[in-house]
Amino acid sequence: MLGVLLFGLTNSMGLALAALGFSFVFGISGIANFAYGAFYLLGGFITYILLNSAGFPHWVSAVISMVTIFFLGTLMYKVAIQRIRGAMLSEVIVTMGLGVTIIEILRWSGYVRHNQYLPSFVPGSITIGGLGIEYQRLIIVGIGAILFLLLWLLTRYTKIGLALRAMSQDELTALSLGINNDRIAMLAMGIGSLLAVVAALAIIPLGLLNIEGAYEILIFALAVGVLGGLGSTTGIIVGAFVLGYTQSIASTVLGPKWMMVVTFLAIVLVLLIKPSGIFGKQKELEERV
Amino acid sequence: MPKEDTGQFRRERIDRGIYARSSDIFALSSWREMNYLLLPRILPVVILLAMPLALELAGNEYWAKVMVILAIMGIMAMSWDLLRMAGMFSLGQGLFFGLGSYVAASLNHYLEWPIILTIPIGTIAGAILGTVLLLGTLKLRGIYFAMVTLAFPLLLVRAIQATNFMGGTEGVKAAAFPDYWTIAYLAIAALLVCFFGLRRLMNSDWGLVARAIGQDDIAVTASGIDVTWRKIQVLFIASGIAAFAGTLMTHFLMYAGLSNFSLEYSILPVASVVIGGSGNFAGALLGSSLLTLATEALRALGALRIAIYSLLMVFFALMVREGIFPYLERRYHQFERKVKVD
Repeated sequence: MLGVLLFGLTNSMGLALAALGFSFVFGISGIANFAYGAFYLLGGFITYILLNSAGFPHWVSAVISMVTIFFLGTLMYKVAIQRIRGAMLSEVIVTMGLGVTIIEILRWSGYVRHNQYLPSFVPGSITIGGLGIEYQRLIIVGIGAILFLLLWLLTRYTKIGLALRAMSQDELTALSLGINNDRIAMLAMGIGSLLAVVAALAIIPLGLLNIEGAYEILIFALAVGVLGGLGSTTGIIVGAFVLGYTQSIASTVLGPKWMMVVTFLAIVLVLLIKPSGIFGKQKELEERV
Repeated sequence: MPKEDTGQFRRERIDRGIYARSSDIFALSSWREMNYLLLPRILPVVILLAMPLALELAGNEYWAKVMVILAIMGIMAMSWDLLRMAGMFSLGQGLFFGLGSYVAASLNHYLEWPIILTIPIGTIAGAILGTVLLLGTLKLRGIYFAMVTLAFPLLLVRAIQATNFMGGTEGVKAAAFPDYWTIAYLAIAALLVCFFGLRRLMNSDWGLVARAIGQDDIAVTASGIDVTWRKIQVLFIASGIAAFAGTLMTHFLMYAGLSNFSLEYSILPVASVVIGGSGNFAGALLGSSLLTLATEALRALGALRIAIYSLLMVFFALMVREGIFPYLERRYHQFERKVKVD
């Protein structure tokens, strides 16, 4: 029972971290960043290379890869997305195409093998009520909580944050008030990509650095977004907790192999009952026909 | 720049007269007019029908098999284009393809039903399953359909892998077609039926409404038409077509496995339409044929082909908005002449 509670909590926070960057970009600029999984993989891979080939300390390589991917995200916006902003099909094609290209080139290059892993921030584990839990899992919960707090502070109490919120509410009005919508959307894309690397640094140490992880993170980001309602932070947290606890309960009761089945069924059910997600009320008015 | 352009001459492009371009009774005035209109319509059909025969007689079995894959991929690309016309951007055509192939293979393998039953049942089952799974997203506009269709095949693969359902990673074996001619001409006939049938369908009143939904669904709602119900119909037809392609592929490769849900089958139709040009299915066919042939020519690059499709797709979406077919069509209806610069 305690096990389900604890693992459910860490699992949920992991899912929330996975979904945060995707949902952030979508909420602000309305662009679905399907290159999210590629940025996640690339961030983890750059950190791995810097750690093992260049011999940088852990935190230095983490910061370098975050900054690199931040600029890669803004570059993608500037070079590709800005030209086709607003044409939804083209946006989807460009982000998806670039993401798949990065992932498949990494797969083809053979640099990402099956025995690579990233170190935890703090190795070892702690015993709570007779259950061993890695520190990394607790760190995920910590990082998640801090990130949500930071984003909340950023969007409430800074000028840039206010501009971000203005964009997400009404782009045209924001534009008429002197907010440079392209710059803000570029910034949002950069932050979203950076958040993908944060998720990579937090989640990959629990498993391995492999290609499938890139697609998996995208699935989970989409699943949490669809469950909770896209673009709302409350929705992300609620969606992540619903999915996280469902997965934990299913894997203790039925066995770990049912995790993906449960995720699949959860999406199908939520879509049938409440298509816009649990907290997608505001979107429902906009997005519905 | 060529010299004559900067000199006294420049090129001028003029559209052919509307009589020449219309496929109406005016075309009957001369052989030249009739050839002008009929050749681009008949030539591809003749080439398609002749290729398997020619390749098989030439003893080139490898390229003869490529022709079957080309036809199947053409069907997939058309089903994607149909969905796109009604405003549904699918990133997971592989879902329908995989559903159809798994149903056909399991009926054939576990119940030992003959191919003549498994193909139609697989098609209809794939259409029903695909429609039901995506029913929820049809009430939503925008990006939801793309997101959910992207997630479903990826999720299903992992679920099948983990639970070992339907043979897990091993897949399900299926019976082969009696001979090469059956599959080759079945696939090509299906391609032609889909092509001309869908073109006719999209020009009917029903197709007009479907295309209107893709352009402005609020206007369609305001006209008193149930948008969701129309979308269900379009989705049912499109997923049925893709599932049919899946059943053909299953019996052609004698196998249904996780690779049927793979990203390749989801990306290829999208890339085909983006490259070939969308709107009249001919672009979809042109794009998918080019991509399939390019894949076979670049066999050595193997795993990179998905990256190549994606990169081409991005390039075309950014640089060549209209696609190859509309460009060719436009040029066909124009002629060039040199004019003296005053």
